[in-house]
Amino acid sequence: MSEQLQSDFDKLVKTSKFSSEEIKIKKNFLNNFIKKGFPNRKQEDWKFLDISRIIKKNISDLSFFNDYSQSNKIDPSVLVDGLEHNKIIFINGKIEKIDFNFEDQNKIEIIDETKKDISFEYENSLIDLNSVFIDKIFKILIKKNYSLKKPLIIYHLTNDKIKSTNINLRLDFELGENSCLKLIDYFINTAAKNFINIFYNFNLEKDSILKNYKIDKYRNNNLKYSFNNIEQDSNSVSETFILSAGSDYFKNEINCNLNGEYSSAFINGIFSLKENQQHEIRTTINHLVENTKSYQLIKSVLGKNSKSAYQGRIFVNSKAQKTDGYQLSKAILLDETSEFNAKPELEIYADDVKCSHGSASGSLDENSIFYLMSRGLNYQQSKELLINGFLIDVVEKITDAEIKNLITNIIGLKQ
Amino acid sequence: MDTREKDIEKLKDYKYGFTTDIENIKAPKGLNEDVIKFISNIKKEPKWMLDFRLKAYERLKHLKEPNWQKPKYPKIDYQDLYYYSAPKSMKNKPKSLDELDPKLLETYKKLGIPLQEQARLNGIAVDAVFDSVSVATTFKGELTKHGIIFCSMSEAIQKHPDLVKKYLGTVIPITDHFFATLNSAVFTDGSFVYIPEGVKCPMELSTYFRINASETGQFERTLIIADKGSYVSYLEGCTAPMRDENQLHAANVELIALDDAEIKYSTVQNWYPGDENGKGGIYNFVTKRGLCKGKNSKISWTQVETGSAITWKYPSCILKGDNSIGEFYSIAITNNHQKADTGTKMIHLGKNTKSKIISKGISAGFSDMTYRGLVDINSKAKNSSNYTQCDSLLMGNKCGAHTVPYIKNKNFDSNIAHEATTSKISEEQLHYCQQRGLNPEEAVGLIVNGFCKEVLQQLPMEFAVEAQKLVGISLEGSVG
Repeated sequence: MSEQLQSDFDKLVKTSKFSSEEIKIKKNFLNNFIKKGFPNRKQEDWKFLDISRIIKKNISDLSFFNDYSQSNKIDPSVLVDGLEHNKIIFINGKIEKIDFNFEDQNKIEIIDETKKDISFEYENSLIDLNSVFIDKIFKILIKKNYSLKKPLIIYHLTNDKIKSTNINLRLDFELGENSCLKLIDYFINTAAKNFINIFYNFNLEKDSILKNYKIDKYRNNNLKYSFNNIEQDSNSVSETFILSAGSDYFKNEINCNLNGEYSSAFINGIFSLKENQQHEIRTTINHLVENTKSYQLIKSVLGKNSKSAYQGRIFVNSKAQKTDGYQLSKAILLDETSEFNAKPELEIYADDVKCSHGSASGSLDENSIFYLMSRGLNYQQSKELLINGFLIDVVEKITDAEIKNLITNIIGLKQ
Repeated sequence: MDTREKDIEKLKDYKYGFTTDIENIKAPKGLNEDVIKFISNIKKEPKWMLDFRLKAYERLKHLKEPNWQKPKYPKIDYQDLYYYSAPKSMKNKPKSLDELDPKLLETYKKLGIPLQEQARLNGIAVDAVFDSVSVATTFKGELTKHGIIFCSMSEAIQKHPDLVKKYLGTVIPITDHFFATLNSAVFTDGSFVYIPEGVKCPMELSTYFRINASETGQFERTLIIADKGSYVSYLEGCTAPMRDENQLHAANVELIALDDAEIKYSTVQNWYPGDENGKGGIYNFVTKRGLCKGKNSKISWTQVETGSAITWKYPSCILKGDNSIGEFYSIAITNNHQKADTGTKMIHLGKNTKSKIISKGISAGFSDMTYRGLVDINSKAKNSSNYTQCDSLLMGNKCGAHTVPYIKNKNFDSNIAHEATTSKISEEQLHYCQQRGLNPEEAVGLIVNGFCKEVLQQLPMEFAVEAQKLVGISLEGSVG
């Protein structure tokens, strides 16, 4: 593995125009990654999804090299219809288009940060990997008091030119005071067996609002890892919604630091899994000051041979009195081969707090099915109706009406 | 000063903190094959037992101490410990209590455990373990009538080798984790209980553990077998003198319930917790595991953990038999600099198995408390269910309370429900109680007892009263 990393890296250096300074920084990250390797189940955080093994078993010949000198054609048919939006189009590891047509151009700034020191303190070798093989890093800055008129959709596309390749994306967002961003991540993959590694870094200043919706709906056999780091100043709000359904393997990780008073974080997620899929959501919410709030709701519907895991951690600092933290995870197991794992964790050092978590898992309630069937539905319809009701609960938590409709339609739920 | 305050004054310091001045026989310091042979020899053990120990020791050499737990502790020098210490008068085991060293009798009297059978009213059979040996077992006659075997482990190895050979190490194999394997190599004594088929044990059985000698580790091993259709309730209590050093206590407890049998195991653990600055105290690293081997069997763990500098244990149930039931009720209280990482494991293997976990954690002062638990429902465990509730109460903002549950559901017929809350005693509750004439400490005592009620109810009556008092004392001085 380390030889391949090294040779792919040399290839990358040859084909792209990195400065010697950049190459030096990248080399550092490369050495870090070679030392640590892919995370495996021996690490507590990766207990339920052993990336190292998945790569070995499913993408045996993973390549890290990506030719950034080639550009890719955008297929307009994949774009979301019926919702006016700004776009960032990311194809095969390369950002092809950044388009803020609906916005006041003076209020948004896009900064190329590729040459800056991009190190990020976090114990995760995948972030090192990301920093080594990435093409460009952009920072999107939204200025004070500006709310984007239309949502921003980031299209994550791959086409059949690419196979068994590691694709990296990193974007930094800075939301100025009293600004607002709605961000949709939309995954459409036609390529197979790639490892997609996404890292977003959000910085929310006072009174700003971030809404992030991740939609992975269409079936594909890629391995994805997405990591959101969110720093929140006082009175800021972050809302994250995850639909985890399409990829073979998907791990979403969210690390949220509530650094300012009265800041709050909301995370809602749906797992809807079928054959052989393995998905995970891992969240860490750090309540660091007084009067902060977090709320998490994760629901799973698990079909044949599928596995979902939820690791949620609420940390409350001794200074963070009056914290309000809540976690709830529920799972419906549809088949005897489905599996649900949960590790809802509370770590609390302050006494005047309200923190609780709940977790429940089981099969569909036979009595409810009986009730519906006695009113004329058949077995399949009753089952679908119950699952619909189970999941709509999470979608209802989305605060933006337009996007709520979009997501309801994409999942195919009935109101 | 009214009587209550006087009581508190008397109990404020750890009242079991005295030492008994008694002549000891010790094994040479250190951990090696010779020491293991010494222990085995002095206990006149048969060869298979020595082999068992040596096998464990061989494996121990390749094992590392686990380090994933929350409370970290300074490295223990296993070569600087005595692995065997026994009162000299025990060398030739006295035939009856009358021959027992009066000093020992006195010690147990002081601890509130009347060994002489004149305390018949109490109606509890006691096996008293002093450092490395069992010094006395009461009510033997009465128990023998029912065919119940209740004796020290050493005696069982001599007199009932078939039973010991058949069951020892079947629930906690010598290939287990570091401390369990250490215990398998050097265990000294403990209790052995066998309840024959269809017998309902007529009285509570109890073991009282006492660490007396310094620089000694206590490694006892308890084995309880409930044969088909039998029932037993077993109690365990522990204390140790006050010392500035940390002492290691690494016990193994194995429970085996066959078809339709029920074992109820209650612990009131009150080892010396160290002084208010966190100096001294016992490291309580215990492995407790129960196997519901037969159909319709039941194992129920109840624990009140108030002592020890560090408590690190997870009494577990392996629900192998169909329709078997596992229960775990726990109160853990930490104050000053105490640390606890405790909880349970419920492993569902058989069909229609049920488990219930109720855990109450209270932390005060500078202490740290973790509930860590595993509920694992195997794919063959059809129609199983689990209910878990763990609540934590915090007093002050220097302490911590953590909950780390692992939930694994591999069976779609099964249900798991888990709830956890963390809170403090609300001002309203305190105000309400004080308004009605209670002082702040009484009010806290009342509220805490209410918080723990679900667990205290599970204890046998005599223990429940004791435990309730203990809960109050452990939190002394943490209000305000």
